[in-house]
Amino acid sequence: MSNNIYDIAIIGAGVIGGMIARNLSKYDLNIAIIEKENDVAMGATKANSAIVHAGFDAKEGTLKAKLNVEGSKMMEQIAKELGVKYEKNGSMVIGFDNDDKKTLETLLERGMKNGVAGLKLIEKGEIKALEPNLSGEVKYALFAPSGAIICPYELTIAAIGNAMDNGVELKRNFLVKNIEKKDFGFEVFSSNESIKTKYIINAAGVFADEISKMAGDSSFKITPRRGEYILLDNECKNLVSHTIFKTPDKMGKGILVSPTVDKNIILGPTAEDIIDKDDKSTTTKGFEKIISLAKKYTDKVEINKSITSFCGLRAVADTDDFIINSPIDGFINVAGIDSPGLSSSPAIALYVENILKDVGFKFKEKENYNPTRKSMTYFKDASIEEKNEIIKKDKSFGKIVCRCEIVTEGEIKEAIRLNPQPYDLDGVKRRTRAQMGRCQGGFCTPYIVKLLSEELKIPYEDVTKSGKGSKINVGKTKEA
Amino acid sequence: MEKELVIIGGGPAGMSAAIKAYECGIKDILIIERDACLGGILNQCIHNGFGLHKFKEELTGPEYAYRYEKRVKELNIEVKLNTMVIDISEDKTICATNEEDGIFFINAKAIILAMGCRERPKGALNIPGDRPSGIFSAGCAQKFVNIEGYMPGKNVVILGSGDIGLIMARRMTLEGAKVHAVCELMPYSGGLARNIEQCLNDFNIPLKLSHTVVKIHGKERLEGVTIAKVDKNRKPIMETKEYIPCDTLLLSVGLIPENELTKKANILLNRITNGANVDQNRQTEKEGIFACGNVLHVHDLVDFVSEEAEIAGEGAANYINNNILKDTEINLETDGKIRYTVPQKITLKKDVKVYFRVLDIYKNVKINVYNNKNELVFSKPKAKCAPGEMECVILKKEMLSDTDALKFSIVEG
Repeated sequence: MSNNIYDIAIIGAGVIGGMIARNLSKYDLNIAIIEKENDVAMGATKANSAIVHAGFDAKEGTLKAKLNVEGSKMMEQIAKELGVKYEKNGSMVIGFDNDDKKTLETLLERGMKNGVAGLKLIEKGEIKALEPNLSGEVKYALFAPSGAIICPYELTIAAIGNAMDNGVELKRNFLVKNIEKKDFGFEVFSSNESIKTKYIINAAGVFADEISKMAGDSSFKITPRRGEYILLDNECKNLVSHTIFKTPDKMGKGILVSPTVDKNIILGPTAEDIIDKDDKSTTTKGFEKIISLAKKYTDKVEINKSITSFCGLRAVADTDDFIINSPIDGFINVAGIDSPGLSSSPAIALYVENILKDVGFKFKEKENYNPTRKSMTYFKDASIEEKNEIIKKDKSFGKIVCRCEIVTEGEIKEAIRLNPQPYDLDGVKRRTRAQMGRCQGGFCTPYIVKLLSEELKIPYEDVTKSGKGSKINVGKTKEA
Repeated sequence: MEKELVIIGGGPAGMSAAIKAYECGIKDILIIERDACLGGILNQCIHNGFGLHKFKEELTGPEYAYRYEKRVKELNIEVKLNTMVIDISEDKTICATNEEDGIFFINAKAIILAMGCRERPKGALNIPGDRPSGIFSAGCAQKFVNIEGYMPGKNVVILGSGDIGLIMARRMTLEGAKVHAVCELMPYSGGLARNIEQCLNDFNIPLKLSHTVVKIHGKERLEGVTIAKVDKNRKPIMETKEYIPCDTLLLSVGLIPENELTKKANILLNRITNGANVDQNRQTEKEGIFACGNVLHVHDLVDFVSEEAEIAGEGAANYINNNILKDTEINLETDGKIRYTVPQKITLKKDVKVYFRVLDIYKNVKINVYNNKNELVFSKPKAKCAPGEMECVILKKEMLSDTDALKFSIVEG
């Protein structure tokens, strides 16, 4: 146990914790991010719709509405600084009948009150021109040109990497078991270690209510809402170019059909409140539901081109809005951050900074703060000349490891060396896309296991899929 | 760079095509292989059973590959290893990359596509449940065990009875693992009869036909799978659910020809084979681009791959020498019970061997071929046909007269 006392400990290395850490890393502070998993971006951050919402959805006057519109405006610049892919592809809420049209008019009005730019209602001809593959039954749409797409875990990895480059510490596999109030602030315990900190920022996602309770505040409850998704092969990339939502009705918001920045098509999510905060299993029911809903939007959706399905848990608070407050001296909740959490995350980070200022926290700017993170090398997207330049500098960029996504050995090694380092196969996948294509790692997994073993200097058989308990191999042959 | 013939892929198809083209007089050949050595997937197939047709003896995968590799070396055919082709165009320009040359281009007079196939992944099946470690395609597990020397697990369930799955059932057993069951969605196995005998029955491994995995359990490492019987529409019957504890699930649920490059050359793919359509020379719709082996259609025996590659090698040589003869155009059609034929088109009135696969298991039937006037031009009785075993017939020159189509059908008795 060290006697070091952090100024701030952020619990949770998701997009919220990451964006807060990165924003605060511009100040001369001693900051730690505490994460229970083997990597960052492991909760709702790695399994959501990957959308930067324009901001017409949240009810006017709520924190969600305010922070969504502000965050959405900031996102493009942040993506640029962090070298993260971002695309302002625009979104559309589609309607099939007059009831839908009325709802769309309400959304339009709400969006304008929230300050969303460029919103307009469009009809059949214009819809067809923008999205030729949509069903002929689609009669109306609310078009939001400021809607965008981004990869949430790429953003989070880059934000935390940038924060670490600016001095923030990341502690992984640290599951908070207890929090004790001390003179200096708090001591935060896992089952085998502890850290001391003056302030705590609780960004623990679906577990935020439990963390808050440990600190002495039981004023809210988080329910995990299961959201299942299906991802289609990049062969389907021309299905739609905008993010397509359905008009919300009694049955809910429905699902979205959207391109991703990595040229896949994402379908989902379902919405089902559950009890188990670790239950990220997919279900037949969810799968069938997504398919039947997606088919209503467009009959051109090819489900046999699905390459994977996954499930995320949204942290839904019983207050119906984001909970960002300081119920106890030195303890700040950033809880209940369900949709539009990703879109709001840059604004949430500023909002938290202001809370700290309000409680008298003194900020001193760091002299050598660097807001930019070197963009990863994306070999596949480079021009021929650039590719040759890259290979000339480091020949391992000439060796393709993942044939489906065209990822080179150089990129994988680079990803393993950059903050925050991946310690497992899934970490490499999220950083480089290797194993994420149509063969899902069938060919390249053994090779990446070897690279991880060499770069991290760990035995081959100790390489895991996603941390503790998830080894790829159980031992050598001839040992049974 | 200019080359007369570029062959993409240095597995059994690529090597065999190169040797044949050389023997037909083409000396300016380049084989491009993405792996560190020639041989392709044969290198990890250390079991025997290869070469029974071709060499009349039983070889292991590496032995079979070595016979061709040796010949490639003797003939001094140029090979670029650790090199990946990332693009090809209709005008036969190839873009490739490796560590030494960086990105480079080759203009070829002819190209033979021999990239092989890949395994269908779990994602394509969307089995409900968790996503722990311990789920591998059978070929990936084969590489861990046979090449890397590591065991992916000790208690195994295999989904799918493709040949690699069957082979891995035996392999894992021999390495001390317990294989609890091989589940096959269909009422019959997709693998060779001899593999079911030698890899399952000889080791008392149960083959559960009309069964599938309905749920995956385990958050970190796989802890078990729930399997269930399926009805005739392949929907699980939930009352038949059974939980099997296991730490490993291997998938052998089909192979897909790896045709990303083929598509880049704007060659349309056949929806059944997932490969290009070819004529009897294995020439695709784009002149001078040929295809053979598993990239064209999935084979069950490497011997047939080599045989097909020789046809493509000779065809490419003839193309380069402006010696492709053509005196007809006959499309080969199928009745659905026969799923596909290779070739799909015949352009020369000469005896031709036609390979095909059937949809289901058929007993005591006839393979009939009709011309465009619905006249029977060929008939051959078959005691049994199964989807797992490729069949072939030889059409004689005289059957190819006065018709622009031949339809392959299966009829009773």
